[in-house]
Amino acid sequence: MTTHDPLSLGNAPLSGQENNPIGIESYALKSERFREKRQADWTALETLLNKLESKGARALSKDDLINLPRLYRSTLSSLSVARATSLDQNVTAYLENLCTRAYYKLYGTQMGLGKRIISFISKDWPEAAQRLWKDTALSAFLIFVSTLAAFYMVQADSDWFYAFVDAGLAGDRTPAASTEALRATIYDKPENADGLGIFASYLFSNNSRVAIFAFALGFAFGIPTILFMLSTGFMVGGFLGLFASRDLGFEIGGWLIIHGSTEIFAIILAGGAGLHIGRAIAFPGILSRLQSASLAGRTSALLMVGVVIMLFFAGLLEGFARQLITSDILRYVIGISLLFFWLAYLYIPRAEDKSRVK
Amino acid sequence: MSSAPPYTTPIPPSDRRTLITPEGVDLQIQLADVGARIGAVTIDLLIISITLILSLFVFIWGGFAVNGELAISLFILFALFLRSFYFLIFEMGPKAATPGKRLMKIRVAARNTAMGRAQLSANAVFARNALREIELFLPLSFLILKSNDVDGMIALLGLIWSGIFLLFPLFNKDRLRAGDMIAGTWVVRAPKPILGRDLAKQSQESLESFTFTPAQVEAYGIHELHVLETVLRTQKIKTMNDVAERIRQKIGWTQMAGETDTAFLNAYYRALRERLEARLLMGVKRKDKFDTR
Repeated sequence: MTTHDPLSLGNAPLSGQENNPIGIESYALKSERFREKRQADWTALETLLNKLESKGARALSKDDLINLPRLYRSTLSSLSVARATSLDQNVTAYLENLCTRAYYKLYGTQMGLGKRIISFISKDWPEAAQRLWKDTALSAFLIFVSTLAAFYMVQADSDWFYAFVDAGLAGDRTPAASTEALRATIYDKPENADGLGIFASYLFSNNSRVAIFAFALGFAFGIPTILFMLSTGFMVGGFLGLFASRDLGFEIGGWLIIHGSTEIFAIILAGGAGLHIGRAIAFPGILSRLQSASLAGRTSALLMVGVVIMLFFAGLLEGFARQLITSDILRYVIGISLLFFWLAYLYIPRAEDKSRVK
Repeated sequence: MSSAPPYTTPIPPSDRRTLITPEGVDLQIQLADVGARIGAVTIDLLIISITLILSLFVFIWGGFAVNGELAISLFILFALFLRSFYFLIFEMGPKAATPGKRLMKIRVAARNTAMGRAQLSANAVFARNALREIELFLPLSFLILKSNDVDGMIALLGLIWSGIFLLFPLFNKDRLRAGDMIAGTWVVRAPKPILGRDLAKQSQESLESFTFTPAQVEAYGIHELHVLETVLRTQKIKTMNDVAERIRQKIGWTQMAGETDTAFLNAYYRALRERLEARLLMGVKRKDKFDTR
């Protein structure tokens, strides 16, 4: 039952493609013609995207910049047409893919790094700190309560010291040490000032990890963060209590505050960011738990970038300033003015920027 | 992973997610599979470790001659920056992917928001990578720590903890890491789109030598057309033989002298597509061969 009929198609020339008036034109399917007509746009968009991805936005000419959204929209409409009329899976998949790539380019954040940094320092960071002030206050409260508790307990009975302070961190500063030895740890310059650089970079590296933990642990409903803040407070309080019990309270205060006002502030902020996430997950309100978490995550992460910057300064202060400046008064002046600086910078309300759409 | 075919393939339903543009079109996107993600992170960790080891030599040789202390502190800072900023900088870049992710053809993207705009912000990238610290680097440091520093119980807890996070992507439908969940991101496939040849476009010669009756082109629906397209694009001889044989039987076609399976399948593909397209224009969508309308 062969239905082969050579006559049914007439005697069209064999070589005929586009040049042939009755060749491909008359035989082309609708979807074939659709593709032929639009393909130039698709390829142009693809070329633009390749250029954009390999060389960045600067590689595009003015015409390219005008063309990009036009080509994107025309390809997007091609996609709609292809979905409705073309049965060629590859064309549809190709167009979906191409449009997605263009979409990411057009609607992704393309703020330059410099602008991004300026906007971060002038707006985003303080804004995030202000939005999280409740969590930060809770985090600060936790640290102060535990500091006070440890402080009085160690003063009452110095054996508590070992319960609060990690032996590795304490070094020679334990209740077993003589008062003179303790005093020495507050003021002694290391023999070799060059070692300070290593010390500072080590401290920064270590502290930023600590802060990131405080933040990241918020994920488990914030409970580990609470424990972390408490244990940090206990440790600080333990140290202070030990020194205070030997009448070195004022001196240790200066030793701590010169870098502590920045460092502990940063850790409090990190704890606040962690608690914020924990709270968003535990009590999502009208949002879904996932939406709530990711919304909170972004604001908190913003604050965390600031925390890392603060810790960098704290590392410098701890490594250099504390070792080189041994005057108690000067230590207090520097530490307290830094505290006021951070408070003012982060929490003094800014003039509302009306042009900014939230 | 198999090598990519020279054309863009449709997204399998389980990996397909919606992404609605402000213009109201649903661009379908494809989630990255777990294998690709493991591959990507392995490559990235290898790059980081190798860079660290090489730079250690540079710091030792170059640095110590000048100033040993400075060299060490620079190295510590460098190690920290490398580990924390490697992921950050690459994922904030134009491709939103680390070198490992690029090799695996995947990228980070923002999950859909209620507002309809999925914008990957620098903050989101930071958030997802800050959490990497507890998902990846905390457990790693538990394993590296000397056993006398941490007793067995804590090490065990650390392992359980990290196990939970490492397996996290396997237990939610969007394969989110904890970091993705917090940051509002996900990892999607980002292959370069490749437009294959149009299978309907054929030489005049082959158009002339095949003529099908309406009954013959009515035998199948859209589903079979798509299967046939895949067969034709994959170009596996054995499958093509089988499929050609089955179609010939179904439509009652006698093989002509010198008629190859490829030529037959191509011709039938074109005829079927033409028919189904014509019906589509009339508003009739024939799903598959069982759909008789």
